[in-house]
Formats: sequence, structure tokens, C-alpha cells
Amino acid sequence: MDTETMAEETRAKRPIRWHVGVFLAPAVLVYTAFMILPLFGTLQLSLFRNIEQSQVFVGFGNFRTLFGDPNWSVNFWNALRNNVWFFIIHMLVQNPIGILLAALLSSPKLRFTAFYRTAIFVPTILSFVIVGFAWKLILSPIWGVAPHLMDFVGLKSFFTPWLGKEQYALTALSLVSVWQFVGIPMMLIYAALLSIPDEVIEAAECDGVTGMAQFWKIKLPLILPSIGIISILTFVGNFNAFDLIYTAQGALAGPNYSTDILGTFLYRAFFGFQLQVGDPNMGAAIATIMFLIILAGVCVYLFLVQTRLRRYQF
Amino acid sequence: MSTATRSLPRTIGAHAILITYTVIALFPVILVVMNSFKSRAGIFGAPLTPPTPKTFDLIGYTTVFGQGDFFHYFQNSLVVTVLSLFFVLLFGAMAAFALSEYRFRGNTLMGLYLALGIMIPIRLGTVAILQLMVATGLVNTLAALILVYTAQGLPLAIFILSEFMKQVSDDLKNAGRIDGLSEYTIFFRLVLPLVRPAMATVAVFTMIPIWNDLWFPLILAPSEQTKTVTLGAQLFLGQFVTNWNAILAALSLAILPVLILYVIFSRQLIRGITSGAVK
Repeated sequence: MDTETMAEETRAKRPIRWHVGVFLAPAVLVYTAFMILPLFGTLQLSLFRNIEQSQVFVGFGNFRTLFGDPNWSVNFWNALRNNVWFFIIHMLVQNPIGILLAALLSSPKLRFTAFYRTAIFVPTILSFVIVGFAWKLILSPIWGVAPHLMDFVGLKSFFTPWLGKEQYALTALSLVSVWQFVGIPMMLIYAALLSIPDEVIEAAECDGVTGMAQFWKIKLPLILPSIGIISILTFVGNFNAFDLIYTAQGALAGPNYSTDILGTFLYRAFFGFQLQVGDPNMGAAIATIMFLIILAGVCVYLFLVQTRLRRYQF
Repeated sequence: MSTATRSLPRTIGAHAILITYTVIALFPVILVVMNSFKSRAGIFGAPLTPPTPKTFDLIGYTTVFGQGDFFHYFQNSLVVTVLSLFFVLLFGAMAAFALSEYRFRGNTLMGLYLALGIMIPIRLGTVAILQLMVATGLVNTLAALILVYTAQGLPLAIFILSEFMKQVSDDLKNAGRIDGLSEYTIFFRLVLPLVRPAMATVAVFTMIPIWNDLWFPLILAPSEQTKTVTLGAQLFLGQFVTNWNAILAALSLAILPVLILYVIFSRQLIRGITSGAVK
């Protein structure tokens, strides 16, 4: 058989490759049916309103209500503002601590790193329910663990029931969330630091760049892409957070809505609470706003951050 | 490495910071577990000391086992997690194989389509998911949770597994083809065993968020029959707000299984993260 007939034969056989479809079908079907379609369904629902038992198209009416009607807009802007603060705390506290821990863990010949890594990652695997309640108990003035501990370092007079005070509750909960998730930036940065080739570090040492200077001038620029990744992961995670606030403060995100974020606001709008009846269309409108915020974040990351910060290649 | 980078004070400093943070990370967990074995007087009198014969008391655990149907919730969580995991791994590996092995029109587009879900959380579609479940009569069934979690886990699974499947040698697969093996046999007999380490990594990543999720059980399956352990614990804790023994015992019971699994699989998990699977 010469090559030409063989090529012809394969060409003739090629078009019907059923197995490709069989391999793809289950994943594509489940993913499309339970993720993509509901996502678009939600976007679509946000343009309708339930008037006298039937869905009526109202264009951007729900969004006008959300931004303009004081019954909704006060809560919405409050939730958005709180969510931004929640994100800022994560960026300023969680990621720097994660980078510091990773930098220390990756120092050569340091002992017990496996133990530290495992231990520091423990909170990340716990459920929000455990984390929320455990911290609620620890910070509770009834139990007195927190003031007792602060007494050791002479700071007892600074203790207040943080979760119960409007001006502190959100920051306190953000820090609890930071405590839970610091393991993720730590691990990703640690992986990035380990993957820096030894030659680069050795070259730096030959040039007399060591210690802190080596970290700032050599390693940090090389791990910038990973810092970009942890930033976008933090952004997406924070703008769709719900569980921790719900477990610690309930759906009303008390005291007086001071810990309300978009996730809890969506939950209340969708299911209703106390006297307000749940409204799926307004819920969909809030979910749409969250979708647009997250999409904007992801686009900024993909088009601005990632194109500037190409991964170093050797 | 020159010795200049590892002076003694620097090493001590590094250990000091790491130990401090380890204490911060573990302290709340240890505090909760320790106090769950104490009497009420012990919990409030000396919260920071381990249980002594005088303060040792299992009253919290008896309350939990007497009140909540925790064993049943635990079973529900196990069924949901194991089945979701199975479908994520099977469907995810199949799709990853199709994407990495065959060149077909729309391959890249399909890959991008499936990767969308890595960044966009499935939670945003909740309103329509609930309507869909109501329409199909799946509300308050474990099947609803399994389907949603399978969809949620697939994007990352496909992404990670296709990276690994690209590394499986072509010669091996072609040798199989020459021997007359079907594409299905090649996938199940040759490729799957070779990517087993990657599958384990994906399994751990998929499992933790499913086991810990509160949102979907709360919305799709809140009935007594279908409560998962996370939701059950949440409601139980809400009911027993003033019974500290019971709360601490319930929290400990929720922590321990996850902690034990973590200690067993931590090496796998950490190797998975640091091997560059998620970059």
C-alpha cells in the first residue's frame, strides 16, 4: 500500500470519530445543564418581574429599583461597600502574610517545613460553619478567652466584643476569613518560589545579592505572576462569599447590616426574611451585578495583568 | 549555597515567625476540641487548660448524640461527596482525554468553554438552578446536590487533567492502537492508570469545597431527610446557642473527620499544589 492510499483511507475514516463525542458528552452535558444554562437563565430572569402571577419583561426595571429605590439601594450600596472593604482587608493582610510565610518556608535547609506547611493549612480545610462558630465563641465576652489572652500581653483594656459592634464587626470577620484562607496564597507562592531555578539564585549570590535584597530584587519579580493569580482568586472568592457571614451573623448580617456583603444580600432578596417576601427576580438582578463585577475582575486580570506579566521561561 | 544566607539569627527568626503563625492557625481548633471534653464549670473556669480529671465531662457529646441525627447527616454528606467526586473524576478525565488527545474542529473553543467555570462561580446561577430543580422535581433530593457539585467540579478537573494527559507518551497510545485496542480501552487501560497521581490531586481539590458547602444544601436540600453534616451542624449550633457543652462537642465532631482525612491526604494535597498543577 503506498502512502497516498493510506492517507486517503485515514481521511475517509476521520469524519466519524464517535468516541470523541462519547468522551466529551457527559461532562459537556452536565456542565451546560447545571452551570452555563442556569447562569444565563439567571441573567435573563433579572430582566423580568412577576406581575400578577406571570413573568413580564421589564428591561432594566429591576436594576433601576436596585440602584434607585431607597428600600433596595441603601442596602445594595452598603453591601457593595462592605464587600469592597472585605476584599481590601484580604489583599492587605492575607496575601502579604501568605507571601511572608512562603518566603520563610522556602528558605534553604530550614527544618520542619513539612510540619509548618501542614499545620498552617489546617484552617483552610475546615468548613465555614466550624470557623464561624469557633471564632464567635473565642471572641465572645461570655467565654472570656480573648480578653484573657490579651491580658497576657497587657492589652486587656483594648478588648471589646468586636463581632457585636457595628464599627468593628466587618473587619473582625474579614480577619477571621483571612485566618482561614492564608494557606492558599502561602502554598501557591511557595510553589512559585520552589520553581525558581537554582542558577538564578546562584547568579544573584555571585553578584553579592543575598538575603532581603535577593528576595525583593530577584524572587519577588519572578513570582509576580503567582501574585496576580492569588489576587484574582481572592477577588472572585470575596465577591461571592456568603457562608462565613451567614454562620457567624445570620442572614441579617448584623449588627444592623454592618457585615452585609453581596452574598448575604442576594440570599435575603431571593428567599425573603422576616416581613419581606422573597423575590427571585430581584435575586437574579443582584446575582447579575455580582456576575458583572466578577467578570470585570477576571477581564482586568486576563487582559491587563496576564499580558504584562508573562511567566518567565527558561 | 553560601553560608551568608543562613546565619543563625536568621534561622531562629524564621522559626520564630513560623511557630507563631502555626500557633495562631491551630489554637482555635485545639481550644474547641479541648474544651469539648470538659464540664460547663471547666469550660468557663479555665478555658485554656486541658481537661483534668476534675473537669472532664462528656455531657456535650451525649447531648449531641441524643438530639441531632448526626449519623444520618454524616451519611448524606458522604453519599453526596463520594458520588460527586466519582462523576467529576470520570467525566472530567474523559473530557480531558478528548481535548488533549484528538484534534477536532472547535477543540480550543471547547476547552475555553469548559474553562469558564473555573473563574465564574456556579453560585451566581442559583436562582435558575432552584427553578430547574423545582421543575424537575429534584428539590430536596441528594441527586440535586450531586448534579450541581459535579458541574461545579468539572472545569478545574478538566483543566488540570488535560495538562497531565498531554504528558502521556504518544508512542504508548499508538502502540496500543497498532495492537488493535479501541480508543476506549486505550483511555481506561493505558491513560487512566498513568494519570492516577493527578486524579488524586483533583479529588482532594474537589472534595473539600463539596463537603464544606453550606449554600446549596441550604437552598436545594434543606429537608430533614437530605441535610448534610455542614447544614445539620449549622442548624444544630443555632438551636443550642446557650448550651456550650453541646456546641463545642458538635464543633469537634465536625472538625475531626475532616482533620483525620487531611492528615492522611495532606502529602498528596500539598504535592498537588506545589507540583504546579494549579498555576
